Amino acid sequence: MNKWMLIGMVFLGAAVLEGSARDRMSIQVREGQLREQPSFLGRVVAGVEYGDRVTVQETRGPWKRVEAREAEGWIHESALTRKRIVLEAGDEDVGPAAARDEIALAGRGFTEDVEREYRNQHQELNFSRVDRMEREGGLMVEEIVRFLREGGLEGGAE
Amino acid sequence: MMTFPRYTGSVLVMLALAVLLPGCQTITQVGTEVGVGVGVLTRDEAEAIQRSAEDITPEQEYYIGRAVAATILSQYQPYENAEANRYVNQVGQAVALASDKPETYRGYRFLILDSDEINAFAAPGGFVFVTRGLLRLCRTEDELAAVLAHEVGHVQHAHGLRAIRQGRLTTAFTILALAGAREYGRDELRQLTQAFEGSIQDITHTLMTSGYSRRLEREADEAAVRIMKRVGYDPGALIRMLEEMDRQLDPGRRDFAATHPPPRDRIRDIRRMIGQPEPPPVPEVRQARFAKALGRI
Repeated sequence: MNKWMLIGMVFLGAAVLEGSARDRMSIQVREGQLREQPSFLGRVVAGVEYGDRVTVQETRGPWKRVEAREAEGWIHESALTRKRIVLEAGDEDVGPAAARDEIALAGRGFTEDVEREYRNQHQELNFSRVDRMEREGGLMVEEIVRFLREGGLEGGAE
Repeated sequence: MMTFPRYTGSVLVMLALAVLLPGCQTITQVGTEVGVGVGVLTRDEAEAIQRSAEDITPEQEYYIGRAVAATILSQYQPYENAEANRYVNQVGQAVALASDKPETYRGYRFLILDSDEINAFAAPGGFVFVTRGLLRLCRTEDELAAVLAHEVGHVQHAHGLRAIRQGRLTTAFTILALAGAREYGRDELRQLTQAFEGSIQDITHTLMTSGYSRRLEREADEAAVRIMKRVGYDPGALIRMLEEMDRQLDPGRRDFAATHPPPRDRIRDIRRMIGQPEPPPVPEVRQARFAKALGRI
């Protein structure tokens, strides 16, 4: 085998490795849905949760067809990250990996513990109204789609 | 790898430098390189120190957004009208679905503020507020959609997070890198909370007092135009809103006039994006539901 063939194989191998790494992504929203079609109009076929690992099968615009939890469906790319999300503190030695952008630690940094501490120090802030805003403002995608259709607006959720 | 207590002092000195010199990227870079050189920081920790707002996870963005929202709601009363708030959520979430970032950690939420000011705020993660004063200027659902799409544009581009001074993020990312996955110590939690508090102050000050740069406002307008076209709303509604705001704004008041570029400049930029199309007829059902929900706002 000559030198150029060897170099070619090394590059090919690197490309294959990079390609396979690229196919694995994580869900970065608290709760997500896999849909039958690449659109918010598509029927929901399965639910996914923060940190779930998915395998990307196909990309169409901003939508990705993924496999997760023994189901398959389409999800918008904004719900996905290339990082692996580690949910349990103490699972493994994640410090160096987290610093190399490979891993996101769930519940770390500016999250629940820090909010609790911050709320204790700032009782004048109206967190209870924020909780209500989240609860009462939550709409099902189906309701939004119906709202769009009734208003003669069908293009937005594609 | 060295154990935590042996280099804590040196790292804290460097953190102090980073906090004292916020936004000074060069000092941070030099400091971290020195840290690596003298062995008080590993390469991984140095990388953590050089991270920026783009490295904030959606989960953290959500908690930052909640605290900014709580701050806004401690300064403004919400408008307690369930029908009006539901309608604003329907329009707002419809435009959010058509944005480049339809999915945030826990979704978009919209709330009306009981204020005569002409103003709107977008907190990170998708908490959007709009005043009654601004809603009174909207004459159609398309104009309301234009206002909300502009705010969704700020969320989509994570403009709020960019207001955080680099020193706060340096503190937070360094503590994270040093702690790894183990439980935080009392002191680490205190420092993280301090950096969090500073971050919330940076964002709320930008939203309520200083405003974003003209470049970021243009980014939000561009996003709004794209969103409006995708949904089927008339993008010209954004220009009509700005013209109305130009007529109504009082430069001396604490509102849009203080925190946004002059509407005339924005209108000129938007005209370049969309030209001067004739406004399409508004379907009756759309106008009827607008009038029903917000007619007496």
